[in-house]
Amino acid sequence: MASMLLNSLRNCPVCPAWAVQSAARSLSTTVQLQAQVQTKSKKTLARPNVKNIVLVEGVRTPFLLSGTTYSDLMPHDLARAALQGLLHRTAIPKDVVDYIIYGTVIQEVKTSNVAREAALGAGFSDKIPSHTVTMACISSNQAMTSAVGLIAAGQCDAVVAGGVEFMSDVPIRHSRKMRKTMLSLNKAKTLGQRLSLLGSIRLAHLSPELPAVAEFSTSETMGHSADRLAAAFGVSRVEQDEFALRSHSLAKKAQDAGLLQDVISFKVPGRDIVSQDNGIRPSSMEQMAKLKPAFIKPHGTVTAANSSFLTDGASAVLIMSEEKALAMGYKPKAYLRDFVYVSQDPKDQLLLGPTYGTPKVLERAGLTMSDIDVFEFHEAFAGQIMANLKAMDSDWFAQTYMGRKSKVGTPPMDKFNLWGGSLSLGHPFGATGCRLVTTVAHRLQKEGGQYGLVAACAAGGQGHAMVIEAYPK
Amino acid sequence: MMMVPPRTHVSYELKDDVAVIRLNDPTSKVNTLSVQMQAELTEVMGEVWSNGAVKSAVFISTKPGCFIAGADINMIQACKSSEEVTSLSREGQKMFEKIEKSPIPIVAAINGSCLGGGLEFAIACQYRVATKSRKTILGTPEVMLGLLPGAGGTQRLPKMVGLPGAFDMMLTGRNIRADKAKKMGLVHQLVDPLGPGLKPAEERTIEYLEEVAVGVAKGIANKKVSLTKEKGFMQKLQDTVMGLGPVRKQIYKTVSDKVQKQTKGLYPAPVKIIESIQAGVEQGGEAGYVAEATNFGKLAMTSESRALIGLYQGQVICKKNHYGTPEKEVKKLAILGAGLMGAGIAQVSVDKGLTTILKDTAVDGISRGEQQVYKGLNDKVKKKALTSFARDTILSNLSAQLDYSSFKSADMVIEAVFEDINIKHKVLKEVEAVIPPHCIFASNTSALPIKDIAAASKRPEKVIGMHYFSPVDKMQLLEIITTDKTSKDTTASAVSVGLKQGKIIIVVGDGPGFYTTRCLAPMLAEAVRVLQEGVGPKRLDALTTSFGFPVGAATLADEVGIDVAAHVAEDLGKAFGSRFGGGNVDVLKTMVEKGFKGRKSGKGCYIYGKGKKDKSVNPDAEEILKKYKLAAHPAISTDSDIQYRLVSRFVNEAVLCLQENILRNPVEGDIGAVFGLGFPPCLGGPFRFVDSFGAERLVGIMKRFEDIYGNQFTPCQLLLDHAKNPSKKFHK
Repeated sequence: MASMLLNSLRNCPVCPAWAVQSAARSLSTTVQLQAQVQTKSKKTLARPNVKNIVLVEGVRTPFLLSGTTYSDLMPHDLARAALQGLLHRTAIPKDVVDYIIYGTVIQEVKTSNVAREAALGAGFSDKIPSHTVTMACISSNQAMTSAVGLIAAGQCDAVVAGGVEFMSDVPIRHSRKMRKTMLSLNKAKTLGQRLSLLGSIRLAHLSPELPAVAEFSTSETMGHSADRLAAAFGVSRVEQDEFALRSHSLAKKAQDAGLLQDVISFKVPGRDIVSQDNGIRPSSMEQMAKLKPAFIKPHGTVTAANSSFLTDGASAVLIMSEEKALAMGYKPKAYLRDFVYVSQDPKDQLLLGPTYGTPKVLERAGLTMSDIDVFEFHEAFAGQIMANLKAMDSDWFAQTYMGRKSKVGTPPMDKFNLWGGSLSLGHPFGATGCRLVTTVAHRLQKEGGQYGLVAACAAGGQGHAMVIEAYPK
Repeated sequence: MMMVPPRTHVSYELKDDVAVIRLNDPTSKVNTLSVQMQAELTEVMGEVWSNGAVKSAVFISTKPGCFIAGADINMIQACKSSEEVTSLSREGQKMFEKIEKSPIPIVAAINGSCLGGGLEFAIACQYRVATKSRKTILGTPEVMLGLLPGAGGTQRLPKMVGLPGAFDMMLTGRNIRADKAKKMGLVHQLVDPLGPGLKPAEERTIEYLEEVAVGVAKGIANKKVSLTKEKGFMQKLQDTVMGLGPVRKQIYKTVSDKVQKQTKGLYPAPVKIIESIQAGVEQGGEAGYVAEATNFGKLAMTSESRALIGLYQGQVICKKNHYGTPEKEVKKLAILGAGLMGAGIAQVSVDKGLTTILKDTAVDGISRGEQQVYKGLNDKVKKKALTSFARDTILSNLSAQLDYSSFKSADMVIEAVFEDINIKHKVLKEVEAVIPPHCIFASNTSALPIKDIAAASKRPEKVIGMHYFSPVDKMQLLEIITTDKTSKDTTASAVSVGLKQGKIIIVVGDGPGFYTTRCLAPMLAEAVRVLQEGVGPKRLDALTTSFGFPVGAATLADEVGIDVAAHVAEDLGKAFGSRFGGGNVDVLKTMVEKGFKGRKSGKGCYIYGKGKKDKSVNPDAEEILKKYKLAAHPAISTDSDIQYRLVSRFVNEAVLCLQENILRNPVEGDIGAVFGLGFPPCLGGPFRFVDSFGAERLVGIMKRFEDIYGNQFTPCQLLLDHAKNPSKKFHK
């Protein structure tokens, strides 16, 4: 890790301040880490009389650039693939699951409760109720925490949660005027009425309505907001490109090393078997520097290369009460512990969810930043991650906007998104949350830490954070 | 060696090879091109130009929300002759010419207001970057002060935004937002305002603007950024068409005709603006600059310009709270009566973040009132001045209800119920039973004395008058009426609420009709008499508008409402006796009986169709006038006599209000008359009118009328004093 940073440091003529800092930080924190193994604030977050809830398994379809191999599918096909993958991995009887919840953002109108359609098609018992939730980029986080809630409340013992997003096809509608005419046409009784309605159609009626990419409350697209956020925190283009390059390089390494074990193979009807993410493309700083800004022209800093790309993909996790999992002979991967949702100003703080969520969930759990061994933050934009890191490192910001006495503190880079992130692996909006949680569980197993932290931002100025505890070996 | 005084307004630093020149007038909230600012600018530019290491420069203001708000008006006012002003203009032109011909590229980085001389300064630079902040506005408001852009604006703007665009900007003086300015070609590049980061948003935004501008300046210096924009097809077409002499001639003619029609020849500035632009375009640069400077000098010495500048300065005074900070800020406002006024007051309150209760006694009333508020806001959405989301958020501040629930947490109640003292007393008592002790009770009455209303109150120190003008969202004036018992804190609160609502405020003493209604009533009484004497509504309107009133007297009566006019005429007639006589009140009463209540009922002096301009004289109203016909006195019935009959009664009553201490000063009197009643702005208000017209001359005219009509035209003592002593002026 440190060598990678140093390499990139050497490659880059303009000295990126954060790389120096984080390289220095990673050196110091490694030392700290070794000293700290025994001094964690808490050995476990298990509490008396509180049910332990565990992650049994987590899978996902390969995340593909939209418009590639998945392009002829429908969203529930992807979700079904993830569910079947989960069934296959866990070999759980199809009627043991009590409930299925899916998260999605852009809904296919034909399958608005995509959880139900996918579950039926995946062969789950038709006696299992399912519902779909939406909360922008943290939709599957919401699916998982809803599952946790059902189990904690004693309503269920085993719940499948997941998420799906399919950007190769989105519902493009007729204009409001046209829809109105068409609906009136339905009600028209005589030929004359119908003809006069048809005659009222003008060219303007025919312009289609695309699904909104802009924040409804502010009419600002997320990329535009990310660019402004980066500028507000003084994040340079070079810093962003470096972080994006880091994400792609780490993802490539993880992919090559076979660490991304949550990925299942998927035989796409009429196409080949897909078994790998296809958006991981480590480039060079020079190459990335050539790109023009994508949102704020001509002086913006957010480009196609330092933003997450439009992705198709689905994920699924099996969440159980610990007793049930053990009774069924499963070896859980991790405990799902405290979680929080936060929300703030959707205009100027749209993507600062992790900054607000992180300290809040740590306080809830009674942990400190240094207790966390594995960080998985959702990478919407490199600029957004860098802005969050700077916000977390600022006393002024903490005091002025968060009502805290001092800064949150930044996660050490040698624990941060080590297997790539949304920038490189891809970001199917509704599915990313499950990938983050599963990755934390896998990294805790692989790297041997005790606690992991997931944090993500979402449209609407919302955010989420969750603490995950390693399951004893 | 001589000590060089330290520079206080302009500073600069080198960022690589870019000179970043920062403007900030420490003595004011805004930057102006004052003597000091200009001197330091010249000095700094000299240093920058003589420094070989500097390859480009950036002008930026470090003052939040203001680039340069314009020239310093005091500088112009201090001049004694038009020649002096002309030479000021020539100096400004020369300074900006140097900037325009600068050997190194100069980028103007604009955040906040960039107006008048500020805009002329910016357009002399080679490149303009502006923030998209709401506070960033560009414009040439000189015409509103009876002046013209006198530092090269009339010459550079046509080249930059084309002839039609330049005319529009300079003749209307309107503010242009950054995105529109980009489309027009007034600025080259836009920068988004930033949210908070590692420092406050505004501070970081200015820093960011500077970073971008420095980047652009470097780009221009090393030829990476081009100054000439590839012209689109439409642009080329427009240029070709504008290149044709006859086309331009037609444009000048059309614009001149339009100006003549709108100003009725009462405002010289628009004409001079057209002249200056025409001189530059048709006879070339030098002739244009000379014409601009000469015309600027001439305009500065006109009474119209003095009147308009006086209004501008008066407006600034009336946008301040002279009564201190209220002990308790009004956060929750309750309005009684969801009629036109009540809903209008609600509309200007909710969008300023005041939690507002709109109470009426009937469901229909509430529904209509809520719709009015919604429509007012939604019209802004249609004009893209507001997002639909912001509209909804604003509307969440409004709660419409039939009962007094939650009045217990109201900080102020404004009643806008029917103008009847008994009803006012009834609601006052009902309200006082439910409101907390600190809550203020304000009455939006247009004529009932506040002390009569307060007579029913347990706490008269908390009772005040707040007289809004209809339509509330358009009319800028708020007349606040205090009684002897009204506490200073109550006044401070009322003024603070009014300012929050965006109003220009005059605070006047109590009495029948206060100030505004009291001035208007005799003029309307005279108007009725003029109508009775056989002058038709159309001619009456023409006579008043050609005097400078934006709305003719007959139309004004329709707008105010014939019923309201009748009511006021009767009330004030009782209070002031024969002085308020003139036309027969029965004319108005008969009209009301027949349902001719003015615009709101569709019929008044005119019949109103669906369209805004669709109106014709109401023959039935003319019939009524015939019934009450009076013989005109030929000696005082010329057009000009009729005009002075109307105006002198207005002015005399205004002066009497000052004499009787209803008014605190002439400034508020002028502001109230112009902004509340539409007194001709070119005359600057009744008091400035007396100053410029001459009190003696006015008294002379009035005496002529007095001989025939008696005390309605008797000049008041204060006016007589001024007539006797010509050195006495209302305005210094």
